[in-house]
Amino acid sequence: MTETENIYKKRQILSAQIDLSKFNKKNFDKATDEEKKQQEVMGESSSFLKDGLRRLRKNHMAMASIIILIALIVAIIVIPMIVPYSYSDMITVNGHRDGTAVNLPPMYYSQRELQYMQETGEKLFPHILGTDSLGRDYFIRVVYGTRVSLSVGVVSAVMVLIIGVIYGTISGYFGGKVDLIMMRIVDIIYSLPDMLIIILLSVVLNARLTPLIKGTVLAKLGGNMLAMFIVFALLYWVGMARLVRGQILSIKNNEYILAAKAIGTPNGQIMRKHIVPNVLSIIIITTALQVPSAIFTESYLSFLGLGVNLPMTSLGSLANDARATITSAPYRLLVPALVIVVIVLALNLIGDGLRDAFDSKLN
Amino acid sequence: MSENEKKPLLKVEHLKQYFPVSQGFHKIPLKAVDDISFEIMPGETLGLVGESGCGKTTVGRTILRLYEPTAGRIAFEDQVLFDSGELYDEEGNQILDEKGRPKKGRRVEVNMLPYRKKMQMVFQDPYSSLDPRMTVEEIVGEPLDTHHLYKNKKERREKVLSLLETVGLNAEHAMRYAHEFSGGQRQRIGIARALAVNPSFIVCDEAVSALDVSIQAQVLNMFEDLQDKLGIAYLFIAHDLLVVQHISDRIAVMYLGHMMEIADADELMNHPIHPYTLSLLSAIPIPDPETARHSHRIILEGDVPSPLHMPTGCPFRTRCKYATEKCAMERPPLTDRGNGHKCACWNR
Ligand SMILES: Nc1ncnc2c1ncn2[C@@H]1O[C@H](COP(=O)(O)OP(=O)(O)O)[C@@H](O)[C@H]1O
Ligand code: SF4
Ligand SMILES: [Mg+2]
Repeated sequence: MTETENIYKKRQILSAQIDLSKFNKKNFDKATDEEKKQQEVMGESSSFLKDGLRRLRKNHMAMASIIILIALIVAIIVIPMIVPYSYSDMITVNGHRDGTAVNLPPMYYSQRELQYMQETGEKLFPHILGTDSLGRDYFIRVVYGTRVSLSVGVVSAVMVLIIGVIYGTISGYFGGKVDLIMMRIVDIIYSLPDMLIIILLSVVLNARLTPLIKGTVLAKLGGNMLAMFIVFALLYWVGMARLVRGQILSIKNNEYILAAKAIGTPNGQIMRKHIVPNVLSIIIITTALQVPSAIFTESYLSFLGLGVNLPMTSLGSLANDARATITSAPYRLLVPALVIVVIVLALNLIGDGLRDAFDSKLN
Repeated sequence: MSENEKKPLLKVEHLKQYFPVSQGFHKIPLKAVDDISFEIMPGETLGLVGESGCGKTTVGRTILRLYEPTAGRIAFEDQVLFDSGELYDEEGNQILDEKGRPKKGRRVEVNMLPYRKKMQMVFQDPYSSLDPRMTVEEIVGEPLDTHHLYKNKKERREKVLSLLETVGLNAEHAMRYAHEFSGGQRQRIGIARALAVNPSFIVCDEAVSALDVSIQAQVLNMFEDLQDKLGIAYLFIAHDLLVVQHISDRIAVMYLGHMMEIADADELMNHPIHPYTLSLLSAIPIPDPETARHSHRIILEGDVPSPLHMPTGCPFRTRCKYATEKCAMERPPLTDRGNGHKCACWNR
């Protein structure tokens, strides 16, 4: 061992210092022509969006999540057209309600159904996940529950996005007294016990809204559900607003904002062109995470009987109903729980992927 | 010289910029700029030097009204851009009414948008002054968009490319993001953005301070070339006399928000009057060791006082070896010492 190599070896095990001994010539290959070309292509940037999408496409976890989520959405749209059972009514055989089709295990038929199939030779659609204690096909209920839960998540995330971003941007950008007043309002809303408010508002709004929406499509979801949307809109934007404001305060200190002012770019334009794109990553992530958090809230509201109106269901209320049969039919709890996990995980991974792809400071 | 040429392009009078700073429960003013007056002629470069924190940046930003001035008067090409309305007599003393309050004239605040085309700025930090999410073309095109300086996309692109060429970049650079460039190149992009509106005045706020010395020279030369070609006037801010001495026609020295001395560049370098300027000059390293040994250096002692606790009288007195009792009592006025060489000092 030569003298110089000895010096390299002096590095402490736990030190963060670069291990120089690894820097031998043999550890470094010359770049091939192909690699060099790749470097050039990398440097050739076209547009912010294109670049981001290209990076996103390279993120396998995020892409897999996107595919799974899209598949799930397609499934909850298409499946109700194929499966001949209703989420709301007991199984009927030949027009008669089938009392024997209660609590069927997966892929089983009820006695009446077996009889009917024998008599007519017709093949009935299987109960993929059996039936529940009221004799309803559980699979179709899970599909409808997923529909409801996802739309609660998406709608509330969109509302949080719109209100939070506008509010936070204005507050952070103008600063001073405007910011002071706007942020005190946020503090007040933040300090309210949100569950209590949600419950109170749900009860009050439900009573008011139900007569209003009678006969419309909304009636199917029920006053509770609308109340929930309104409550989300009223309460949950504050987190987003705070986050956006904080980001903007730090972005505002960049000289490029001052440069835009020196140019004469109007305030609205500065917000749209310089500020919002720079807080976009944080907005995207927060929105992506808002969806699962709304799904959770919806679940425990359903548990309290403040969720969707019966017989409509959601993943949360399915899971809660399943507690009664947890020993005899544990899959009734597992399936909706699994769907929730898949949705939440996929959204998290997508959020992370988007951040990595669109945050140019990380590149 | 004709009558026309003698008119100043920019005239700043009694400019004050106080920032309210919270101290415990109440706010006290931080006097970042306190009563500064100067003029800049068309096509002229005024160097502005002083230690970091003395208020140079604030002066630059306030005359562009990026900060709203606390008081004073800013006029550009005969148009008053801002006037807080305080009145001053011939000697520069504020006119008070019978009750001892400042007498007020009319307050003026014009819409700056048309003047954004004439007055521009180049920033100190080549990193934070360019939006990381924009390509060079978008950055340089932004002023063109704001002021509708093109008829169609093709013309916009041509303008951007010709601006890039002016600052020594090429078409290939237009599609790239700012973070792909070196500090010197980034500064060129910032200059191209400032030039886009064809301004007659640019504030260069430490525009080369963040760059390597070799790059500094290149960029400085470019500023000079641009001035020769386009007749732009500069307010050239630096904390280092060495940087401004070559490019400046006149140099102003600031200390703690006050103007200490202002004179033609050669005059100031060769015959400095103010003790603070003397110390700044002697801080410049002398390349020849023989001369250096014989030169007599004035080393600045102590720290700059906080602008929140400004010394009474002369702001420099806590570090001045010429200081006398009078210096603590009264603030020295900026007086003409002949040939437009002005200095604020009681004892020199
Ligand atoms: N926006 C602001 N708010 C409060 N204080 C400020 C602000 N900008 C500058 N200052 C203060 O004003 C003084 C002068 O700052 P600046 O003009 O940046 O000095 P320079 O450019 O000469 O280094 C400093 O003490 C600084 O802390
Ligand atoms: S006025 Fe007094 S303290 Fe101020 S610079 Fe002159 S001699 Fe020094
Ligand atoms: Mg500065």
